[in-house]
Amino acid sequence: MKKIPLLAGALVAALLMTSACSSGDDSDSTADPNEKVALTYWSWAPNMDKVVAAWNAAHPNIQVTVNKQDGGDPAVAKLLTAIKAGSGAPDIMQAEYQKIPTLVSADALADIAKEAGDLKAKFPEGAWAAVTLGSEAVYGVPQDSGPMMFYYRSDVFDKLKIKAPATWDEYADAARTIHKADAKQYLGTFSSNDPGWFAGLSQQAGASWWGVNGDSWSVAIDDATTQKVAGYWGGLVQEGVIDNKPMYTPEWNAALNDGTQVGWLSAVWGPGVLEGNAASTKGKWKVAQLPQWDAAAPATGNWGGSATSVTSQSKHKAQAAEFVKWLNSDPAAIKLLAGTANVYPASVDSAAALTEPPAFFSNQPDFYAVAAEASKITKPFTYGPNVNVAYSSYNDAFGKAAESKKAAEFAGALATMQQATLDDLKNTGFKVAG
Amino acid sequence: MAVTTVPVVPTTTGATTAPRVQRHRRTSPTATILLLLGAAYCLMPVLWVLIASTKSASELFTTFTFTPSTHLFDNIAFLTSYRDGLYWRWMANSALFAGVGAAASTLVSAMAGFALAKYDFRGKSLVFNLVLAGVLVPAVILAVPQYLLLAKAGMTNTYWSVLLPSMISPYGIYLCRIFAAATVPNEVLEAARMDGAGDWRSFVRVVLPMMRSGLVTVFLFQFVAIWNNYMLPFIMLGDDKLFPVTVGLSGLLNQGATQPAMYTSVVTGALLSVVPLVALFLGLQRYWRVDLGAGAVKA
Repeated sequence: MKKIPLLAGALVAALLMTSACSSGDDSDSTADPNEKVALTYWSWAPNMDKVVAAWNAAHPNIQVTVNKQDGGDPAVAKLLTAIKAGSGAPDIMQAEYQKIPTLVSADALADIAKEAGDLKAKFPEGAWAAVTLGSEAVYGVPQDSGPMMFYYRSDVFDKLKIKAPATWDEYADAARTIHKADAKQYLGTFSSNDPGWFAGLSQQAGASWWGVNGDSWSVAIDDATTQKVAGYWGGLVQEGVIDNKPMYTPEWNAALNDGTQVGWLSAVWGPGVLEGNAASTKGKWKVAQLPQWDAAAPATGNWGGSATSVTSQSKHKAQAAEFVKWLNSDPAAIKLLAGTANVYPASVDSAAALTEPPAFFSNQPDFYAVAAEASKITKPFTYGPNVNVAYSSYNDAFGKAAESKKAAEFAGALATMQQATLDDLKNTGFKVAG
Repeated sequence: MAVTTVPVVPTTTGATTAPRVQRHRRTSPTATILLLLGAAYCLMPVLWVLIASTKSASELFTTFTFTPSTHLFDNIAFLTSYRDGLYWRWMANSALFAGVGAAASTLVSAMAGFALAKYDFRGKSLVFNLVLAGVLVPAVILAVPQYLLLAKAGMTNTYWSVLLPSMISPYGIYLCRIFAAATVPNEVLEAARMDGAGDWRSFVRVVLPMMRSGLVTVFLFQFVAIWNNYMLPFIMLGDDKLFPVTVGLSGLLNQGATQPAMYTSVVTGALLSVVPLVALFLGLQRYWRVDLGAGAVKA
């Protein structure tokens, strides 16, 4: 399962190297209300076809067909291949926030600033920055977001008489207490398979791995902030109170089920994964804000989340943009996104659609209040055009570090990531500062 | 599969075959153990899939690996209900890609292999060397260039985009050349020509029946290769209604980090997807055996 993103990464890298001179089709079609158009939409959110059915019923002239894709990286690799080939891309594409710079630098996304109009006010600042990349252009409309939160087994916490940790120091203490009480139990694991997870934790601490200044990029993966985060986790893994196995493996699923993993630093979409992987633990989990570095200035990061974009190959950009706008800002659509497609809508109006907690968390009525708070305190973060390189370097370098269980190796892994990311930016011809 | 078949040795007149019979009676314990280990190594994963597909989602990772459960039909029902039976559409697509693709590929291979074996023309060795080189290039490498070519023709995301590249199999052509050279005597072709059969007629009426067992081999190889192919359809197809079962199942695993992977459905789907292959092998096995026997006689 984890091989596919690597393969996709290689594809993306190969394509980026050759696509520097490809250009999108900029034919500016204005929407004729009586023209019948058929649009295709690549998405991997569950039941997206049912959400789109509501649009199709109300818009007989703009019919959208959903083609469900593999989640995340494979879909991006496929889109880039189609862009390079000059045909075969869909009109509309679900794009994860961290992939937008990559797609923009490959000329894969259309600028819909004109159609977007005053949408900006409807989304949190961080999400909007991710689709504009700090420019005047708009490369998509935020669809869902993943503010990070802390899930824990309240039954285990109650038994050991500990509270949900408010700071990372308390988290470390809780991890020690739990592991001491039962050597098989861990409060969490350091996953070298999930770079997005680690990026979110670094984001919470205030890191921003890439930066743009004019037309030159900078990379700050190995900065003091991320070093602090890596050092913290390296310390816990070395001490042995946190597991060092990756998440999303059958082994991890079993650990959630049999209660050897009793906490999970995840995001707002966590309940769906917990329900799918550990249905028998229903009612035993609770959610809280992430532990904090500075309790006086609470913050969180983002893990997952995506925008809906119009591709540069679309022949009906105006109609596609109209659909994208509806999907992510119309109250009825937001309700469908939340209730049917099971995502956490990025719109600031999502609270109205999310009154009931997810079924798996029916024991915690304030679930979405916690989520809304997390959404508000999400720190800004800038992604670069070669996230795939940084992420696969994370898998390699932190894979070795986690295996070794030595804190010193964690710091070294960051330096490796920084170097690989910087070298790749230079080699692919981006202007790099410093 | 037919490891224990005793080859039928044509008895040449007068020669006794007593020592040979003796040799067949003797069994080597070392060899038997090695073969049993090999069989276990190959069959354990199949057994795992078989047992895992009977477990419910919560049992899959928590109960002992080789303890069967009772949820096979629940799993099949769930898989069937997934997005209005999309899984069976994928199976039908796989059958179409593999069936039509393998049949067309076998015909092309037979024609090309026969021509290379029995006709003399300029550039023949060049063509054959190119085919040989093609055998060495993994099909995976060609998937992206093929995509770029078909995109120029506007044929991506159609059935043709998978069928066309599947029709040419350098390995099949190579095998067919060997089979044609070994099983079609020049005298037979001459006789056909004497009787007034044209090239096409002698190919269809004389050559194809003589190469039949070899063609079954090529068909099976190609069918399995297309059925299991992942990269080509993955790159070519965007519409999930056109997916073969390989691409469809991988999609159930790759739901993105925010959704749980559908392990039980994937395991059950994988089990069901090998059933047609097993059936095909059992059905065509007798031709395969004849073929092995025929080869032995010639040698």
